[in-house]
Amino acid sequence: MNHSHKRKRGGPLAREAQIAGWLFVSPMVLGFTLLLLFPMGLALYMSLTDWPLLGDHHFIGLDNYRNIMTDAMFWKVLANTVYFTAGLVPLNIVLALLLALLLSRNLRGIGIFRTAIFVPVMTSLIVWAIVWKLMYATESGLINQLLLMLGIKGPAWLYNPDLAMPAIIVTSVLKNVGLNMVLFIAAIQQVPRSLYEAATLDGAGKRGTFFHVTLPMITPTVFLTVVMTVIGSLKVFGQIYVMTQGGPSNSTKVLVYYIWEKAFKLFQFGYASALAYVLFFIVLILTLLQWQLRKRWVFNEGDA
Amino acid sequence: MKAMPSPSGRKIGSTLGTYLLLTLISLIMIVPFIWMISTSFKEPQSIFTYPPQWIPETFRFQNYIDVFQLIPFHRFYWNSIYISALVVLGTVFFASLAGYAFAKIPFKGRNVVFLILLSAMMIPHEVTAIPMFLFMRQLGWIDTHLPLILLPIFGAGGVFGIFVMRQFFITVPTELEEAAMMDGCNRFRIYARIMLPIAKPGMATLTIFTFVTIWNEFFDPLIFINSRDLMTLPLGLSLFTDEVGTAWQYLMSATVMATLPLLIVFFLAQRRFIEGVAMTGLKE
Repeated sequence: MNHSHKRKRGGPLAREAQIAGWLFVSPMVLGFTLLLLFPMGLALYMSLTDWPLLGDHHFIGLDNYRNIMTDAMFWKVLANTVYFTAGLVPLNIVLALLLALLLSRNLRGIGIFRTAIFVPVMTSLIVWAIVWKLMYATESGLINQLLLMLGIKGPAWLYNPDLAMPAIIVTSVLKNVGLNMVLFIAAIQQVPRSLYEAATLDGAGKRGTFFHVTLPMITPTVFLTVVMTVIGSLKVFGQIYVMTQGGPSNSTKVLVYYIWEKAFKLFQFGYASALAYVLFFIVLILTLLQWQLRKRWVFNEGDA
Repeated sequence: MKAMPSPSGRKIGSTLGTYLLLTLISLIMIVPFIWMISTSFKEPQSIFTYPPQWIPETFRFQNYIDVFQLIPFHRFYWNSIYISALVVLGTVFFASLAGYAFAKIPFKGRNVVFLILLSAMMIPHEVTAIPMFLFMRQLGWIDTHLPLILLPIFGAGGVFGIFVMRQFFITVPTELEEAAMMDGCNRFRIYARIMLPIAKPGMATLTIFTFVTIWNEFFDPLIFINSRDLMTLPLGLSLFTDEVGTAWQYLMSATVMATLPLLIVFFLAQRRFIEGVAMTGLKE
């Protein structure tokens, strides 16, 4: 932040700036402290207690965290969350990048295609999940009907423990791929033309141009989207809630679903808070880790 | 948006291929919506017929009317509209105030406060949701719309708004402000009369962002709302899916209606919105 505060003025104007500055930010800072920082601290305390819906709570130290470590269901939901993330992120990034490459060309009617791919991003996740649930319907959902036309008897997508998660991953990729695509289009369009001309003069083919010019130039955006998509995936909830409710046989029960279940169905607020903090730590570690790694492979670091 | 120069010469063949590929992908994206609209007009017995019926034999417009009789759908609609409107107004107002100060007023502690806000963006919503639930229960605000309105304005949504607005205010030349100060304008007048009009694109971006987010919000209403009459659209719709024997034709017509305002907003603001997404995503 090295803009516009080079003017050092003494006297009434500077004092006026102190007062005005704080006055302008005070509603947000106050609300933010009350509705974000304070609950954040309270959640940490709650995670160290048994905190039922009714009755008193007791301080129990790290017991919740110890219990989490030996909770078979926690490891199951963690594995499911990792499965979802590991399935979704590469699919999403690669597909978004391919689409961005296609859609950053100057073709007639390109806006229609961009819109088509972006519309699911705008749609409510719940609406999207409901419609896909209909499409996945076992007996005669659209997908199985189309398969039947090819002579294939479709499986019970959302009722098969091996297929439910992949089905949800596909749905989720299609829902949000447009968002990353738009970011990639913006990044690709910022690559200087001269670099492409130089690559063409050097006789680089399409593939070479992509790997030696486009990709290195857009790594900051790739980095950003990977971080955002990973963090988003770790917090998957809505589509699970609508499509499978964590089933069949817990095969799609993810971390946030488990937190929601513990907190708002079973009212074990202490345990749920500890689970939520585990999620927070995972997000924190990933962010820091990727921030460190970023220095190694992001090409034009510092240019931004 | 301007185009990337095509590095290859053999254009026509690849252009045709590109069109085919794009059409296929777009179809996959759009099919759910076509299916949704198609189903919304069907008679119950023709929903799962084989082969799939893209155009219903008879259009049953009655589905759209029945929805309002079966569930308090107009309530869901009204709740979603007025909550979204209040949240948008609150967010744009408070976030632009703070965004202006962070961009243009050199006050002590500015950078520290901004850094704290920045880090707060990382907090998973699920962590604060639990204490918030208890806090709201203490206040007697469970099963009211107050948490759905206040939390997004001052929570993560508001913080995001500060970033968007700050981004726009930074680009305003300082000279403009200094000239106004010479003329004896105070800060609030500068903000209201000079800054806000310039930041209109930023406000539009933030408005659409906030509207889309709140219109689609699911987790908070799920936690804070119990009564049917107080539900918002996404929550109301999800009610149907866990009941045995879903009436898909009603669910789909309700879903079409719930999506409509969003699509209208999107088509009106499409360019600006997509550019806004790209811009804020690249905030560096």
